[in-house]
Amino acid sequence: MSQHISLPEGNIEKQTSTINIGPTHPATHGVFQNIVELDGETVVSAEQTVGYIHRAFEKIAEHKPLYQITTLTDRLNYCSSPINNMGWHIACERLLGVKIPKRVDYLRIIIMELARISDHLICNSIVGVDSGAYSGFLYVMQYRELIYEIYEEICGSRLTTNIGRVGGFERNFTSVAFEKLEKFIKEWPVVLKEFDQLFVRNRIFMDRTIGVGPISAERALNYGFTGPNLRAAGVDYDVRIHAPYSSYDDFEFTIPVGTTGDCYDRFLVRDGEMWQSLELIKQAYQKVQEFKGTEAEVFHAEVPEYYLPDKKDVYTKMEALIYHFKIVMGESKMPKGEIYSSVEGANGELGFYLISDGSRTPYRLHFRRPSFIYYQAYSELTKGGLLSDAIITMSSLNLIAGELDA
Amino acid sequence: MALTNEIIREKITEKFGEQTTEWEEPYGMLTFSSEKNLNLKVLQFLYDEPSLQFRFLTDLCAVHYPEKKGSELAVVYHLHNLVDNIRIRYKVFTDVNKPDVFSASALYQAANWMERETYDFFGVNFIGHPNLKRILNVDDMEYFPMRKEFPLEDQKRIDKDDEMFGR
Repeated sequence: MSQHISLPEGNIEKQTSTINIGPTHPATHGVFQNIVELDGETVVSAEQTVGYIHRAFEKIAEHKPLYQITTLTDRLNYCSSPINNMGWHIACERLLGVKIPKRVDYLRIIIMELARISDHLICNSIVGVDSGAYSGFLYVMQYRELIYEIYEEICGSRLTTNIGRVGGFERNFTSVAFEKLEKFIKEWPVVLKEFDQLFVRNRIFMDRTIGVGPISAERALNYGFTGPNLRAAGVDYDVRIHAPYSSYDDFEFTIPVGTTGDCYDRFLVRDGEMWQSLELIKQAYQKVQEFKGTEAEVFHAEVPEYYLPDKKDVYTKMEALIYHFKIVMGESKMPKGEIYSSVEGANGELGFYLISDGSRTPYRLHFRRPSFIYYQAYSELTKGGLLSDAIITMSSLNLIAGELDA
Repeated sequence: MALTNEIIREKITEKFGEQTTEWEEPYGMLTFSSEKNLNLKVLQFLYDEPSLQFRFLTDLCAVHYPEKKGSELAVVYHLHNLVDNIRIRYKVFTDVNKPDVFSASALYQAANWMERETYDFFGVNFIGHPNLKRILNVDDMEYFPMRKEFPLEDQKRIDKDDEMFGR
Protein backbone atom coordinates (compact mmCIF):
# COMPACT_ATOMS: atom_id res chain seq x y z
CA MET A 1 0.00 0.00 0.00
CA SER A 2 1.37 3.35 -0.91
CA GLN A 3 1.75 5.99 1.75
CA HIS A 4 -0.19 9.20 1.18
CA ILE A 5 1.18 11.24 4.05
CA SER A 6 4.92 11.72 4.28
CA LEU A 7 5.91 11.31 7.94
CA PRO A 8 9.09 12.73 9.41
CA GLU A 9 11.97 10.32 9.74
CA GLY A 10 12.23 8.16 12.83
CA ASN A 11 9.58 6.29 14.74
CA ILE A 12 6.71 8.70 15.20
CA GLU A 13 5.18 6.69 18.04
CA LYS A 14 8.16 7.37 20.25
CA GLN A 15 8.27 11.10 19.67
CA THR A 16 7.35 13.25 22.60
CA SER A 17 6.53 16.93 22.67
CA THR A 18 7.77 19.50 25.13
CA ILE A 19 5.48 22.10 26.63
CA ASN A 20 6.42 25.08 28.74
CA ILE A 21 3.88 25.91 31.41
CA GLY A 22 5.03 29.22 32.77
CA PRO A 23 6.88 31.34 33.90
CA THR A 24 3.82 33.50 33.26
CA HIS A 25 0.85 31.34 32.50
CA PRO A 26 -2.68 31.34 33.88
CA ALA A 27 -2.28 27.72 34.98
CA THR A 28 0.70 28.28 37.25
CA HIS A 29 -0.97 31.00 39.40
CA GLY A 30 2.46 32.41 40.08
CA VAL A 31 5.86 32.96 38.52
CA PHE A 32 7.47 29.56 38.08
CA GLN A 33 7.97 27.24 35.16
CA ASN A 34 7.23 23.61 34.43
CA ILE A 35 8.82 22.06 31.39
CA VAL A 36 6.57 19.10 30.72
CA GLU A 37 7.51 16.29 28.38
CA LEU A 38 4.37 14.83 26.82
CA ASP A 39 3.67 11.61 25.00
CA GLY A 40 0.35 12.45 23.43
CA GLU A 41 -1.51 13.75 26.46
CA THR A 42 0.42 11.74 29.03
CA VAL A 43 3.13 13.35 31.10
CA VAL A 44 6.46 11.56 30.72
CA SER A 45 8.47 13.88 32.89
CA ALA A 46 8.27 17.35 34.34
CA GLU A 47 11.09 19.67 35.25
CA GLN A 48 10.53 22.66 37.46
CA THR A 49 12.34 25.98 37.27
CA VAL A 50 12.06 28.39 40.16
CA GLY A 51 13.76 31.61 41.15
CA TYR A 52 12.05 34.15 38.90
CA ILE A 53 11.14 36.39 41.81
CA HIS A 54 14.09 35.65 44.08
CA ARG A 55 14.67 38.76 46.19
CA ALA A 56 17.59 37.72 48.40
CA PHE A 57 15.62 38.02 51.64
CA GLU A 58 18.16 36.06 53.63
CA LYS A 59 20.95 38.41 52.58
CA ILE A 60 18.86 41.52 53.21
CA ALA A 61 17.85 40.17 56.62
CA GLU A 62 21.49 40.04 57.67
CA HIS A 63 21.52 43.83 57.43
CA LYS A 64 18.22 44.68 59.13
CA PRO A 65 17.17 44.96 62.77
CA LEU A 66 14.43 42.56 63.91
CA TYR A 67 11.43 44.81 63.38
CA GLN A 68 12.38 45.54 59.76
CA ILE A 69 12.53 41.85 58.86
CA THR A 70 8.78 41.51 59.47
CA THR A 71 8.12 43.24 56.17
CA LEU A 72 10.28 40.64 54.40
CA THR A 73 8.27 37.78 55.87
CA ASP A 74 5.06 39.36 54.49
CA ARG A 75 6.26 38.57 51.04
CA LEU A 76 6.89 34.85 51.54
CA ASN A 77 3.43 33.33 51.40
CA TYR A 78 1.50 36.46 50.57
CA CYS A 79 -1.87 34.69 50.76
CA SER A 80 -1.47 34.39 54.52
CA SER A 81 1.12 36.97 55.51
CA PRO A 82 -0.11 37.37 59.13
CA ILE A 83 1.02 33.81 59.89
CA ASN A 84 4.48 34.63 58.56
CA ASN A 85 4.60 37.85 60.58
CA MET A 86 3.54 36.13 63.80
CA GLY A 87 5.90 33.23 63.12
CA TRP A 88 8.75 35.70 62.89
CA HIS A 89 7.68 37.56 66.03
CA ILE A 90 7.42 34.27 67.92
CA ALA A 91 10.92 33.31 66.76
CA CYS A 92 12.26 36.66 67.99
CA GLU A 93 10.41 36.39 71.29
CA ARG A 94 11.82 32.93 71.89
CA LEU A 95 15.31 34.25 71.22
CA LEU A 96 14.78 37.22 73.52
CA GLY A 97 12.96 35.16 76.16
CA VAL A 98 9.87 37.33 76.23
CA LYS A 99 6.79 36.14 78.07
CA ILE A 100 3.64 36.96 76.11
CA PRO A 101 0.34 37.74 77.89
CA LYS A 102 -2.48 35.30 77.26
CA ARG A 103 -4.72 37.89 75.65
CA VAL A 104 -2.08 38.62 73.01
CA ASP A 105 -1.76 34.90 72.32
CA TYR A 106 -5.49 34.58 71.78
CA LEU A 107 -5.68 37.65 69.57
CA ARG A 108 -2.83 36.22 67.54
CA ILE A 109 -4.67 32.93 67.17
CA ILE A 110 -7.71 34.78 65.83
CA ILE A 111 -5.58 36.51 63.22
CA MET A 112 -3.56 33.42 62.30
CA GLU A 113 -6.64 31.28 61.86
CA LEU A 114 -8.32 33.96 59.77
CA ALA A 115 -5.20 33.94 57.60
CA ARG A 116 -5.32 30.16 57.34
CA ILE A 117 -8.93 30.34 56.17
CA SER A 118 -8.13 33.01 53.60
CA ASP A 119 -5.24 30.93 52.27
CA HIS A 120 -7.13 27.64 52.12
CA LEU A 121 -10.19 29.17 50.51
CA ILE A 122 -8.03 30.57 47.72
CA CYS A 123 -6.34 27.22 47.18
CA ASN A 124 -9.54 25.18 47.24
CA SER A 125 -11.46 27.55 45.04
CA ILE A 126 -8.58 27.64 42.55
CA VAL A 127 -8.68 23.85 42.38
CA GLY A 128 -12.33 24.37 41.56
CA VAL A 129 -11.47 26.86 38.82
CA ASP A 130 -8.97 24.48 37.28
CA SER A 131 -11.57 21.73 37.20
CA GLY A 132 -14.11 24.03 35.58
CA ALA A 133 -16.15 25.56 38.41
CA TYR A 134 -15.61 29.30 38.44
CA SER A 135 -18.55 30.47 40.50
CA GLY A 136 -17.32 29.02 43.81
CA PHE A 137 -14.14 31.06 43.47
CA LEU A 138 -16.00 34.32 42.94
CA TYR A 139 -18.41 33.57 45.75
CA VAL A 140 -15.87 32.88 48.52
CA MET A 141 -13.79 35.85 47.41
CA GLN A 142 -16.29 38.09 49.22
CA TYR A 143 -15.26 36.50 52.49
CA ARG A 144 -11.59 36.88 51.81
CA GLU A 145 -12.47 40.53 51.37
CA LEU A 146 -14.11 40.52 54.80
CA ILE A 147 -10.99 38.92 56.31
CA TYR A 148 -8.86 41.59 54.67
CA GLU A 149 -11.12 44.26 56.13
CA ILE A 150 -10.48 42.81 59.58
CA TYR A 151 -6.72 42.99 58.96
CA GLU A 152 -7.15 46.54 57.75
CA GLU A 153 -8.98 47.46 60.92
CA ILE A 154 -6.10 46.09 63.02
CA CYS A 155 -2.97 47.10 61.15
CA GLY A 156 -4.04 49.33 58.27
CA SER A 157 -3.04 47.14 55.38
CA ARG A 158 -4.52 44.19 53.56
CA LEU A 159 -2.20 41.89 51.64
CA THR A 160 1.31 42.45 52.94
CA THR A 161 0.13 43.14 56.43
CA ASN A 162 3.24 43.73 58.58
CA ILE A 163 0.88 43.01 61.45
CA GLY A 164 2.01 43.22 65.06
CA ARG A 165 5.35 43.85 66.70
CA VAL A 166 7.87 41.82 68.63
CA GLY A 167 5.90 41.46 71.86
CA GLY A 168 2.35 41.89 70.61
CA PHE A 169 0.24 44.21 68.51
CA GLU A 170 0.84 47.84 67.64
CA ARG A 171 -2.63 48.79 68.91
CA ASN A 172 -5.60 47.17 70.54
CA PHE A 173 -8.35 45.71 68.39
CA THR A 174 -11.03 48.32 67.76
CA SER A 175 -14.71 47.65 68.33
CA VAL A 176 -15.18 47.73 64.54
CA ALA A 177 -12.66 44.88 64.20
CA PHE A 178 -14.65 42.80 66.68
CA GLU A 179 -17.91 43.65 64.92
CA LYS A 180 -16.47 42.48 61.61
CA LEU A 181 -15.14 39.36 63.29
CA GLU A 182 -18.62 38.62 64.67
CA LYS A 183 -20.07 39.15 61.20
CA PHE A 184 -17.51 36.69 59.83
CA ILE A 185 -18.22 34.08 62.50
CA LYS A 186 -21.93 34.39 61.76
CA GLU A 187 -21.87 34.38 57.97
CA TRP A 188 -18.87 32.28 56.99
CA PRO A 189 -20.18 28.83 58.05
CA VAL A 190 -23.22 29.29 55.81
CA VAL A 191 -21.02 30.16 52.85
CA LEU A 192 -18.52 27.39 53.51
CA LYS A 193 -21.38 24.91 53.73
CA GLU A 194 -22.61 26.03 50.32
CA PHE A 195 -19.07 25.81 48.97
CA ASP A 196 -18.82 22.25 50.30
CA GLN A 197 -22.12 21.33 48.66
CA LEU A 198 -20.80 22.64 45.37
CA PHE A 199 -17.71 20.43 45.43
CA VAL A 200 -17.44 17.65 47.97
CA ARG A 201 -19.90 15.17 46.46
CA ASN A 202 -19.89 16.68 42.99
CA ARG A 203 -19.55 13.87 40.45
CA ILE A 204 -17.49 15.93 37.98
CA PHE A 205 -15.19 17.29 40.66
CA MET A 206 -14.66 13.85 42.20
CA ASP A 207 -13.86 12.30 38.83
CA ARG A 208 -11.37 15.05 38.10
CA THR A 209 -9.53 14.85 41.44
CA ILE A 210 -9.75 11.34 42.95
CA GLY A 211 -6.55 9.45 42.25
CA VAL A 212 -4.90 12.49 40.66
CA GLY A 213 -1.41 13.37 41.84
CA PRO A 214 -1.29 10.86 44.72
CA ILE A 215 1.63 10.33 47.08
CA SER A 216 2.15 7.74 49.80
CA ALA A 217 2.80 8.79 53.38
CA GLU A 218 6.31 7.36 53.26
CA ARG A 219 7.26 9.24 50.09
CA ALA A 220 5.67 12.43 51.38
CA LEU A 221 7.76 12.27 54.55
CA ASN A 222 10.90 11.54 52.59
CA TYR A 223 10.16 14.54 50.38
CA GLY A 224 9.81 16.74 53.46
CA PHE A 225 6.10 17.46 52.95
CA THR A 226 4.42 19.32 55.77
CA GLY A 227 1.05 20.91 56.32
CA PRO A 228 -2.16 19.93 54.51
CA ASN A 229 -0.26 18.12 51.77
CA LEU A 230 1.37 15.76 54.26
CA ARG A 231 -1.81 15.30 56.25
CA ALA A 232 -3.69 14.39 53.06
CA ALA A 233 -1.24 11.49 52.73
CA GLY A 234 -2.23 10.30 56.21
CA VAL A 235 0.42 11.67 58.58
CA ASP A 236 -1.05 13.70 61.43
CA TYR A 237 1.88 16.04 61.86
CA ASP A 238 0.90 19.57 62.77
CA VAL A 239 3.21 22.08 64.44
CA ARG A 240 0.27 23.50 66.40
CA ILE A 241 0.03 20.14 68.21
CA HIS A 242 3.62 18.88 68.14
CA ALA A 243 5.32 22.08 69.25
CA PRO A 244 2.54 24.35 70.51
CA TYR A 245 3.14 28.07 70.27
CA SER A 246 0.96 31.04 71.11
CA SER A 247 -1.09 28.94 73.61
CA TYR A 248 -2.58 26.60 71.01
CA ASP A 249 -2.62 23.98 73.75
CA ASP A 250 -5.46 25.87 75.48
CA PHE A 251 -7.83 24.99 72.66
CA GLU A 252 -9.91 22.04 71.52
CA PHE A 253 -9.52 21.20 67.88
CA THR A 254 -8.89 18.21 65.64
CA ILE A 255 -6.49 17.69 62.77
CA PRO A 256 -8.15 16.37 59.62
CA VAL A 257 -6.15 13.70 57.81
CA GLY A 258 -6.58 11.98 54.46
CA THR A 259 -5.44 8.58 53.23
CA THR A 260 -4.31 8.66 49.61
CA GLY A 261 -2.62 12.04 49.31
CA ASP A 262 -4.36 12.81 46.01
CA CYS A 263 -5.92 16.11 44.97
CA TYR A 264 -9.31 15.17 46.41
CA ASP A 265 -7.83 14.38 49.82
CA ARG A 266 -5.83 17.58 49.79
CA PHE A 267 -9.05 19.45 49.03
CA LEU A 268 -10.89 17.71 51.86
CA VAL A 269 -8.08 18.26 54.37
CA ARG A 270 -7.99 21.97 53.59
CA ASP A 271 -11.75 22.08 53.81
CA GLY A 272 -11.72 20.35 57.19
CA GLU A 273 -9.04 22.74 58.39
CA MET A 274 -11.20 25.71 57.51
CA TRP A 275 -13.96 24.33 59.74
CA GLN A 276 -11.43 23.71 62.53
CA SER A 277 -10.01 27.21 62.13
CA LEU A 278 -13.50 28.60 62.53
CA GLU A 279 -13.87 26.63 65.77
CA LEU A 280 -10.53 28.00 66.97
CA ILE A 281 -11.58 31.55 66.15
CA LYS A 282 -14.84 31.12 68.07
CA GLN A 283 -13.06 29.69 71.11
CA ALA A 284 -10.35 32.34 71.03
CA TYR A 285 -12.88 35.14 70.67
CA GLN A 286 -14.81 33.78 73.64
CA LYS A 287 -11.63 33.66 75.71
CA VAL A 288 -10.74 37.21 74.68
CA GLN A 289 -14.16 38.40 75.84
CA GLU A 290 -13.64 36.78 79.23
CA PHE A 291 -10.83 39.17 80.17
CA LYS A 292 -12.01 41.87 82.56
CA GLY A 293 -10.66 45.19 83.81
CA THR A 294 -7.07 46.10 82.95
CA GLU A 295 -6.43 42.64 81.55
CA ALA A 296 -8.93 43.35 78.79
CA GLU A 297 -6.75 46.23 77.57
CA VAL A 298 -3.51 44.26 77.25
CA PHE A 299 -2.30 44.02 73.66
CA HIS A 300 1.46 43.70 74.03
CA ALA A 301 4.11 42.41 76.41
CA GLU A 302 6.44 44.71 78.32
CA VAL A 303 9.58 44.59 76.17
CA PRO A 304 10.51 48.26 75.80
CA GLU A 305 13.89 47.43 74.21
CA TYR A 306 12.24 45.86 71.16
CA TYR A 307 8.59 46.96 71.10
CA LEU A 308 8.20 50.20 69.16
CA PRO A 309 6.29 52.55 71.49
CA ASP A 310 3.12 54.37 70.62
CA LYS A 311 3.84 57.59 68.70
CA LYS A 312 1.85 59.65 71.22
CA ASP A 313 4.13 58.41 74.00
CA VAL A 314 7.22 59.19 71.97
CA TYR A 315 6.22 62.86 71.94
CA THR A 316 5.27 63.05 75.60
CA LYS A 317 7.35 60.52 77.56
CA MET A 318 11.10 60.39 78.04
CA GLU A 319 11.48 56.59 78.20
CA ALA A 320 9.35 56.06 75.11
CA LEU A 321 11.43 58.61 73.22
CA ILE A 322 14.67 56.91 74.27
CA TYR A 323 13.49 53.45 73.29
CA HIS A 324 12.02 54.70 70.04
CA PHE A 325 15.37 56.25 69.19
CA LYS A 326 17.29 53.13 70.23
CA ILE A 327 15.10 50.78 68.21
CA VAL A 328 14.96 52.90 65.07
CA MET A 329 18.67 53.72 65.12
CA GLY A 330 19.47 50.07 65.70
CA GLU A 331 20.99 50.35 69.15
CA SER A 332 18.97 47.44 70.54
CA LYS A 333 21.29 44.49 70.59
CA MET A 334 20.05 40.90 70.51
CA PRO A 335 21.30 38.23 72.90
CA LYS A 336 23.78 35.79 71.45
CA GLY A 337 22.16 32.53 70.43
CA GLU A 338 20.93 30.09 67.89
CA ILE A 339 17.30 29.12 67.55
CA TYR A 340 15.02 27.20 65.25
CA SER A 341 11.42 28.22 65.67
CA SER A 342 8.55 27.13 63.51
CA VAL A 343 4.85 27.74 63.12
CA GLU A 344 2.18 25.93 61.17
CA GLY A 345 1.88 28.09 58.09
CA ALA A 346 -0.97 27.61 55.66
CA ASN A 347 1.28 25.46 53.47
CA GLY A 348 3.13 23.63 56.19
CA GLU A 349 5.93 24.10 58.65
CA LEU A 350 7.29 27.60 58.26
CA GLY A 351 10.60 27.64 60.09
CA PHE A 352 12.98 30.42 61.06
CA TYR A 353 16.56 29.41 61.76
CA LEU A 354 18.05 32.46 63.41
CA ILE A 355 21.67 32.82 64.49
CA SER A 356 22.57 35.90 66.46
CA ASP A 357 26.14 36.89 67.31
CA GLY A 358 25.01 39.55 69.76
CA SER A 359 24.83 42.44 67.32
CA ARG A 360 21.81 44.42 66.14
CA THR A 361 21.10 42.27 63.07
CA PRO A 362 20.89 38.48 62.64
CA TYR A 363 24.17 36.81 61.77
CA ARG A 364 22.25 34.36 59.62
CA LEU A 365 18.57 33.89 59.04
CA HIS A 366 17.22 30.96 57.07
CA PHE A 367 13.59 30.54 56.18
CA ARG A 368 12.31 26.97 55.95
CA ARG A 369 9.77 27.52 53.22
CA PRO A 370 7.33 24.61 52.94
CA SER A 371 6.34 25.04 49.29
CA PHE A 372 9.97 25.20 48.16
CA ILE A 373 10.54 21.82 49.75
CA TYR A 374 7.46 19.98 48.52
CA TYR A 375 7.50 21.41 44.99
CA GLN A 376 10.38 19.08 44.15
CA ALA A 377 7.94 16.17 44.30
CA TYR A 378 5.89 17.63 41.45
CA SER A 379 7.64 15.52 38.83
CA GLU A 380 6.90 12.33 40.73
CA LEU A 381 3.30 13.36 41.42
CA THR A 382 2.44 14.01 37.80
CA LYS A 383 4.38 11.27 36.01
CA GLY A 384 2.09 9.03 33.98
CA GLY A 385 -0.94 11.27 34.42
CA LEU A 386 -2.64 13.54 31.93
CA LEU A 387 -1.60 17.11 31.25
CA SER A 388 -4.88 18.45 32.61
CA ASP A 389 -4.30 16.45 35.81
CA ALA A 390 -0.85 17.97 36.13
CA ILE A 391 -2.48 21.42 36.15
CA ILE A 392 -4.89 20.45 38.94
CA THR A 393 -2.06 18.87 40.93
CA MET A 394 -0.13 22.11 40.68
CA SER A 395 -2.97 24.20 42.06
CA SER A 396 -3.89 21.69 44.76
CA LEU A 397 -0.33 21.77 46.13
CA ASN A 398 -0.86 25.49 46.72
CA LEU A 399 2.45 26.67 45.34
CA ILE A 400 3.11 30.32 46.10
CA ALA A 401 5.92 31.84 44.07
CA GLY A 402 6.89 34.25 46.85
CA GLU A 403 7.46 31.35 49.19
CA LEU A 404 9.30 29.25 46.63
CA ASP A 405 11.85 31.93 45.92
CA ALA A 406 12.29 33.97 49.13
CA MET B 1 10.35 5.79 77.93
CA ALA B 2 10.37 9.04 76.15
CA LEU B 3 13.40 9.91 74.15
CA THR B 4 15.40 12.73 75.71
CA ASN B 5 18.44 14.70 74.69
CA GLU B 6 20.60 12.72 77.15
CA ILE B 7 19.60 9.37 75.66
CA ILE B 8 20.24 10.60 72.11
CA ARG B 9 23.63 11.91 73.15
CA GLU B 10 24.46 8.60 74.82
CA LYS B 11 23.47 6.58 71.76
CA ILE B 12 25.47 8.73 69.38
CA THR B 13 28.61 8.81 71.50
CA GLU B 14 28.31 5.06 72.03
CA LYS B 15 28.47 4.60 68.27
CA PHE B 16 30.86 7.35 67.23
CA GLY B 17 32.84 7.97 70.40
CA GLU B 18 35.15 10.94 70.25
CA GLN B 19 34.32 11.72 66.64
CA THR B 20 31.25 13.76 67.57
CA THR B 21 32.06 17.05 69.22
CA GLU B 22 30.71 20.46 70.26
CA TRP B 23 27.70 19.17 72.18
CA GLU B 24 25.38 22.01 73.08
CA GLU B 25 21.73 22.61 73.87
CA PRO B 26 20.85 26.14 72.75
CA TYR B 27 17.19 26.81 73.57
CA GLY B 28 16.66 23.13 74.31
CA MET B 29 17.66 21.72 70.95
CA LEU B 30 20.47 19.16 71.08
CA THR B 31 23.25 20.33 68.78
CA PHE B 32 26.44 18.54 67.83
CA SER B 33 28.93 18.36 65.03
CA SER B 34 31.35 15.90 63.55
CA GLU B 35 34.07 15.65 60.98
CA LYS B 36 32.56 16.32 57.54
CA ASN B 37 33.45 12.96 56.01
CA LEU B 38 31.33 11.24 58.65
CA ASN B 39 28.14 13.09 57.77
CA LEU B 40 26.48 10.30 55.80
CA LYS B 41 27.40 7.71 58.43
CA VAL B 42 25.94 9.85 61.20
CA LEU B 43 22.78 10.65 59.23
CA GLN B 44 22.31 7.00 58.25
CA PHE B 45 22.75 5.93 61.88
CA LEU B 46 20.22 8.50 63.05
CA TYR B 47 17.83 7.31 60.35
CA ASP B 48 18.19 3.56 60.89
CA GLU B 49 18.73 3.13 64.62
CA PRO B 50 15.34 1.85 65.88
CA SER B 51 15.44 3.89 69.06
CA LEU B 52 16.30 7.15 67.29
CA GLN B 53 14.46 7.17 63.95
CA PHE B 54 15.27 10.67 62.77
CA ARG B 55 13.48 10.12 59.49
CA PHE B 56 12.36 13.65 58.70
CA LEU B 57 14.77 16.24 57.36
CA THR B 58 13.24 19.53 58.44
CA ASP B 59 15.85 21.88 57.14
CA LEU B 60 19.26 21.98 55.54
CA CYS B 61 21.24 25.17 55.14
CA ALA B 62 24.73 26.58 55.45
CA VAL B 63 26.35 29.31 57.51
CA HIS B 64 29.54 31.18 56.66
CA TYR B 65 32.02 32.02 59.45
CA PRO B 66 34.90 33.81 57.66
CA GLU B 67 37.00 34.07 60.84
CA LYS B 68 37.11 30.31 61.50
CA LYS B 69 40.09 29.48 59.31
CA GLY B 70 39.95 26.02 57.78
CA SER B 71 36.30 25.42 58.67
CA GLU B 72 34.56 28.49 57.32
CA LEU B 73 31.39 26.87 56.05
CA ALA B 74 28.98 25.02 58.29
CA VAL B 75 26.31 22.79 56.78
CA VAL B 76 23.44 22.53 59.26
CA TYR B 77 20.90 19.70 59.30
CA HIS B 78 17.73 19.97 61.35
CA LEU B 79 16.29 16.50 61.91
CA HIS B 80 12.98 15.54 63.43
CA ASN B 81 11.88 12.29 65.03
CA LEU B 82 8.13 12.34 64.44
CA VAL B 83 7.42 9.32 66.66
CA ASP B 84 8.88 10.78 69.84
CA ASN B 85 8.50 14.36 68.56
CA ILE B 86 12.03 15.58 69.21
CA ARG B 87 14.35 17.64 67.07
CA ILE B 88 18.13 17.73 66.84
CA ARG B 89 20.60 19.87 64.98
CA TYR B 90 23.72 18.45 63.37
CA LYS B 91 26.55 20.44 61.83
CA VAL B 92 29.56 19.67 59.71
CA PHE B 93 32.26 22.22 58.99
CA THR B 94 34.26 22.48 55.81
CA ASP B 95 37.07 24.53 54.37
CA VAL B 96 35.79 27.27 52.07
CA ASN B 97 38.55 26.54 49.58
CA LYS B 98 37.62 22.87 49.33
CA PRO B 99 33.92 22.80 50.19
CA ASP B 100 33.22 19.12 49.48
CA VAL B 101 30.50 17.49 51.57
CA PHE B 102 28.71 14.23 50.85
CA SER B 103 25.16 14.64 49.62
CA ALA B 104 22.29 13.36 51.74
CA SER B 105 19.88 13.35 48.82
CA ALA B 106 19.91 9.56 48.52
CA LEU B 107 18.71 9.29 52.11
CA TYR B 108 16.24 12.17 52.06
CA GLN B 109 14.57 13.25 48.81
CA ALA B 110 13.91 16.57 50.50
CA ALA B 111 17.64 17.27 50.57
CA ASN B 112 17.78 17.51 46.79
CA TRP B 113 16.62 21.10 46.38
CA MET B 114 17.85 22.22 49.77
CA GLU B 115 21.36 21.15 48.76
CA ARG B 116 20.98 22.89 45.43
CA GLU B 117 19.97 26.05 47.28
CA THR B 118 22.94 25.69 49.63
CA TYR B 119 25.26 25.20 46.67
CA ASP B 120 23.71 28.19 44.93
CA PHE B 121 24.28 30.57 47.83
CA PHE B 122 27.37 29.20 49.58
CA GLY B 123 29.10 27.07 46.97
CA VAL B 124 29.09 23.90 49.04
CA ASN B 125 29.94 21.11 46.61
CA PHE B 126 27.68 18.18 47.50
CA ILE B 127 29.39 15.02 46.27
CA GLY B 128 26.97 12.49 44.86
CA HIS B 129 24.14 14.93 44.26
CA PRO B 130 22.20 13.92 41.11
CA ASN B 131 21.72 17.41 39.71
CA LEU B 132 23.88 19.97 41.47
CA LYS B 133 23.20 23.24 39.66
CA ARG B 134 21.96 26.67 40.63
CA ILE B 135 18.32 26.88 41.58
CA LEU B 136 17.31 30.43 42.54
CA ASN B 137 20.07 32.51 40.97
CA VAL B 138 20.90 32.80 37.27
CA ASP B 139 22.97 29.96 35.84
CA ASP B 140 25.93 32.08 34.73
CA MET B 141 26.50 33.73 38.12
CA GLU B 142 30.15 33.39 39.07
CA TYR B 143 30.04 33.88 42.82
CA PHE B 144 28.18 32.60 45.87
CA PRO B 145 26.21 35.55 47.17
CA MET B 146 25.40 34.50 50.74
CA ARG B 147 29.07 34.34 51.71
CA LYS B 148 29.97 37.14 54.06
CA GLU B 149 32.45 38.84 51.74
CA PHE B 150 29.66 39.90 49.38
CA PRO B 151 28.13 43.15 50.57
CA LEU B 152 24.66 44.38 49.73
CA GLU B 153 24.46 46.69 46.75
CA ASP B 154 25.62 50.22 47.48
CA GLN B 155 22.44 52.28 47.70
CA LYS B 156 24.30 55.35 46.36
CA ARG B 157 25.67 53.78 43.18
CA ILE B 158 25.00 55.91 40.12
CA ASP B 159 26.04 53.67 37.22
CA LYS B 160 22.56 52.15 36.91
CA ASP B 161 19.90 53.57 34.63
CA ASP B 162 17.30 55.02 36.99
CA GLU B 163 14.57 54.75 34.42
CA MET B 164 14.98 50.99 34.34
CA PHE B 165 15.11 50.50 38.10
CA GLY B 166 12.59 53.10 39.15
CA ARG B 167 14.85 55.00 41.53
